[in-house]
Amino acid sequence: MTAVMGTKMLRKEDPALLVGENKFIDDIHAPGELWMGMIRSTMAHAKINSIDTSEAEAMPGVVAVYTGEQLAEMGLWLAPLPCAWPVTEDIVNPPHNPVAVGEAKHVGDIVAVVLCNDRYGAADAAEKVVVDYDPLPAVGSLEAAVANTAMAHSDLETNKAFHWPLVPDPEGTEKAFAEAAHTVKAKFIQQRMIPSPMEPRGCMAIPSPAGGDITFYSATQVPHILKVMIAATTGIPESKIRVIAPSVGGGFGGKLNVDPDAILSVTLANHLGVPVRWTETRTEAAGSSHQGRGQIQHMEVAADENGKISSVRVHIDADMGAYMMLITPGVPLLGSFLYTGVYDIPNLAFTCDGHFTNLTPTDAYRGAGRPEASYAIERIMDMLAAEVGITPEEIRARNYINGGEAFENHEAASTLVFDSGHYRPAHDRALEMVKIDELRAEQARRRDAGEAKQLGIGMCSYVEICGLAPSRALGGLNYGAGGWEHATVRMLPTGKIEVVSGSTPHGQGHETAWSMIIADKMGVDPNDVEVLHSDTAKSPLGLDTYGSRSLAVGGVAIAMAADKVIEKAKLIAAHQFEAAPEDVQFEAGAFSVAGTPSKSVHIQELGFAAFAAHDLPDGMEPNLQEQVSFDPPNFAFPFGTHACVVEIDTETGGVELIDYVAVDDCGHQVNPMIVEGQLHGGIVQGVAQALFEEAVYDEDGNINNPSFMDYLVPSAMEVPSMQLDYTVTPSTSNPLGVKGAGEAGTIGSAAAVMNAVCDALSPYGVKDMDMPATPKRIWEAIHSNANNSNGGAA
Amino acid sequence: MIPAAFDYTVAESAEHAVQLLGEYGDEAKLLAGGHSLIPMMKYRLATPTQLVDVGRLSDLSYINQENGHVAIGAMTRHRDLETSAVLAEACPMLAHVASLVGGPAVRHRGTLGGTMAHADSASDLPAAVLALGGTIVAQGPNGRREIAATDFFTSYFESALAADEMIVEIKVPANTGGWNYQKFNRRAQDWAIVGVAVADGGNGVALVNMGSTPLRASETEAALASGASAADAAAMAANGTTPPEDLNADGAYRTHLAQVLTRRALEAAAG
Ligand SMILES: Cc1cc2nc3c(=O)[nH]c(=O)nc-3n(C[C@H](O)[C@H](O)[C@H](O)COP(=O)(O)OP(=O)(O)OC[C@H]3O[C@@H](n4cnc5c(N)ncnc54)[C@H](O)[C@@H]3O)c2cc1C
Repeated sequence: MTAVMGTKMLRKEDPALLVGENKFIDDIHAPGELWMGMIRSTMAHAKINSIDTSEAEAMPGVVAVYTGEQLAEMGLWLAPLPCAWPVTEDIVNPPHNPVAVGEAKHVGDIVAVVLCNDRYGAADAAEKVVVDYDPLPAVGSLEAAVANTAMAHSDLETNKAFHWPLVPDPEGTEKAFAEAAHTVKAKFIQQRMIPSPMEPRGCMAIPSPAGGDITFYSATQVPHILKVMIAATTGIPESKIRVIAPSVGGGFGGKLNVDPDAILSVTLANHLGVPVRWTETRTEAAGSSHQGRGQIQHMEVAADENGKISSVRVHIDADMGAYMMLITPGVPLLGSFLYTGVYDIPNLAFTCDGHFTNLTPTDAYRGAGRPEASYAIERIMDMLAAEVGITPEEIRARNYINGGEAFENHEAASTLVFDSGHYRPAHDRALEMVKIDELRAEQARRRDAGEAKQLGIGMCSYVEICGLAPSRALGGLNYGAGGWEHATVRMLPTGKIEVVSGSTPHGQGHETAWSMIIADKMGVDPNDVEVLHSDTAKSPLGLDTYGSRSLAVGGVAIAMAADKVIEKAKLIAAHQFEAAPEDVQFEAGAFSVAGTPSKSVHIQELGFAAFAAHDLPDGMEPNLQEQVSFDPPNFAFPFGTHACVVEIDTETGGVELIDYVAVDDCGHQVNPMIVEGQLHGGIVQGVAQALFEEAVYDEDGNINNPSFMDYLVPSAMEVPSMQLDYTVTPSTSNPLGVKGAGEAGTIGSAAAVMNAVCDALSPYGVKDMDMPATPKRIWEAIHSNANNSNGGAA
Repeated sequence: MIPAAFDYTVAESAEHAVQLLGEYGDEAKLLAGGHSLIPMMKYRLATPTQLVDVGRLSDLSYINQENGHVAIGAMTRHRDLETSAVLAEACPMLAHVASLVGGPAVRHRGTLGGTMAHADSASDLPAAVLALGGTIVAQGPNGRREIAATDFFTSYFESALAADEMIVEIKVPANTGGWNYQKFNRRAQDWAIVGVAVADGGNGVALVNMGSTPLRASETEAALASGASAADAAAMAANGTTPPEDLNADGAYRTHLAQVLTRRALEAAAG
């Protein structure tokens, strides 16, 4: 049997998806179901004087209308919505009620809920609820929050929620900056992004007819975490809650939360004894699905005369939004360790302040903290290159960890230990693929000719932290849970293999990848492997999918459980052969005795032997089933170099990405086709931040682009066919030598694109530009510098 | 994203549709391709209680060349314009502009009558028809009348069409003179931030998204008529307009875009 791992095996998931057989939350119905219609605040910050529900209650099909105050009195839950990551002891965390009581804190905050036997009826009735607001001063931006002129929460005296420092060597920082030949300082703005999965959020809670059990269907990334959190928040015993994530159409972090709808549908279903459900509209999503990024980064580097960096000093102001969601305050911390990037920088000083605004809460969004960090260091590398007077590739080459050569277990200034890296090959390959010399020549030609269309070339060498996470490390960061993953592998009597995964897919292809791991480990056909997941009744233990952890933690647990099954099967084989276990060898699924290859038994045949248990070794328990909870000893640190080319129409400001090269290293690859898909999507999500997407708010906290007409998610039409290549540097953090690939694309791409944009505009004296680099911004930048002394193309 | 309740009737003919419009009055809306109306209903920006479906009137889907002009049935889909052999010969500009509307799904549903009636200043085909000097044929309770495109668009999403009138046909002069269409947008399938249609070697220049309606760049046209260069004429493209402001562009940027795109369109049309 030839190796399956490392091949581009077609995904097992796809036939059912392609013919529409899979059921997503909106395809699932329960008799008697009621639809929730949310009445959402139209003001960013307001006192709720009164809510008139009478007209809505009289609408056809309406069963009940509840205001926040009524729900609070009904006592359906024990605690407000949870924040599992209170990053400091003194963090300020005002209660986040599923439905606002007394005061609405952001546009989209739920103030009342309608229950109706029809979705359309629920929308009609929601329109008839009349809310009388008294507007309060609103904190409509992060800048306003930092200025502290108005308070996002009226009963607080500051918008600041916490201060979190990572300053291992303050004297070292002072010294480095004092002695530096070059220092560069920049302020970067990470605009708010709206996670936009293909499938919006939705859920349905079904109470069982007796016994008080609840089955909760949710388009979630995190059924296991939801189960614990629903229990802790509502007081319903955990053992009575079953959470099922049906087919889930993407998440990008947007579906890893404990949202108000979850608590409302579960508690109201319990209270009324009927199924209660909800599916968001895209406009609702724009105001209530947690958003990503939302940071202002103050970044400084100190370097010697050759551009060798001695220290990075960074302060971040992070926009929490109106409330702390599940891991809101922890997101910027995930980036804190990466402000030294792929470089050998002996000193780092990082501080972060979290601030409340009257905007939609923020939380994890593909990359969560790491794209922001990678952006800041990789943008400032280009600025430093300009300051020192060398090329972007040269400044990087002079600073790579271990001179760009291979290394293992490098302790960075943050005190984190990078598992393995080898940065120069990816760097060289990316520049070769993008044809850097030809591009520079063509760029020079166009500049000299004063052509309307100018070229910009950008690169980014990133490293990221994934495989979340070693539980002790999470404990050290005050996170409220661990980072292990659970797996069970069982050989069924028929010889088929059942794998139970705690890691929960929402589009990634876990069934394929896990089958491939088992196929290689156990020497079986991947089609003989069935993967059970996404249902807490089938897979009771797990910590789900986010932080590029599925393969590096969950997949590794699968491999380890398979090893344990093989070990036990070997004892049975040895018993059948009447040989010593040490003399039994295992190859391509078959056990045989060394030296007598004719005598062999396939592992799948042993499934029945273990089940029938007629002739097992003395004292052995029947059945072939093993479990593993794998807690990784360290994170995994994927890396790579991306390079891209933009063409800017200097007359219109139009910008087009015309080439994109990515050379990534995620260690050993199980299925390169899945890796490629993750990279394509990830890269486009970073391109989206660089050129297209931004949740735009006015100063009163109203969102200006709450629809896909104005919130510009790019499509395949906006990106060139990407050129991908890989290097392979196995991780030392797990026995498979794998690193995550789910977020790497996003972490590498925004900086690469913005470096290219700024490169194209450098003749106009443009040193930096806020994201997204819209045609208007580009045109204004060219225009406002049109008479600058640097000359260049007209 | 969830429309209010409405009733739905399929019209059997243009006469029937007009009759239903008369009966239902303000409450009714014609439904053609639905690609402007249904999004508006989902946002509850439009809440008609009666939809009269004219999208199935296949006898209003045609492209015929007749004495010096091309007559196009109101229910002709954008995709049919794009691929029409008649237009390729007689009025290639209209086919080309149709090919730039939205994405394939939009072009297979949206109709020429629908986009004219919707009268969105940001739409592509209305400006093209305006630049070409086309005519809108409307049917009302008292029969048909013709409205010049220059008189048709009156304000934001408003036209000279009466509440009980339906567009049945659009006529454009057969015209293969120098033409060009410039559409500036951020994503391939978006509406134009600014667009410029040049028809008939510069005799017709129309602007997209530069005011409350599709507009003729009359100063540019006049300058060209009196012999100005493309660049000089283009510099006047935005004169007399009050361009809208939105997240993509303010007035100054739109004015600049109109000038650049007009110059490019004129140069390309001449080349
Ligand atoms: C995602 C998307 C992208 C798009 N991109 C573009 C673009 O790039 N450029 C562009 O120009 N357009 C674009 N459109 C709009 C598209 O071209 C519409 O189809 C068109 O504007 C309306 O045509 P329709 O047949 O769909 O009309 P409908 O939506 O059915 O009707 C529109 C309006 O016209 C009225 N109406 C329809 N037919 C008649 C008639 N015969 N007589 C009188 N009144 C009538 C209706 O009552 C309604 O008020 C886009 C639409 C979508 C959904």
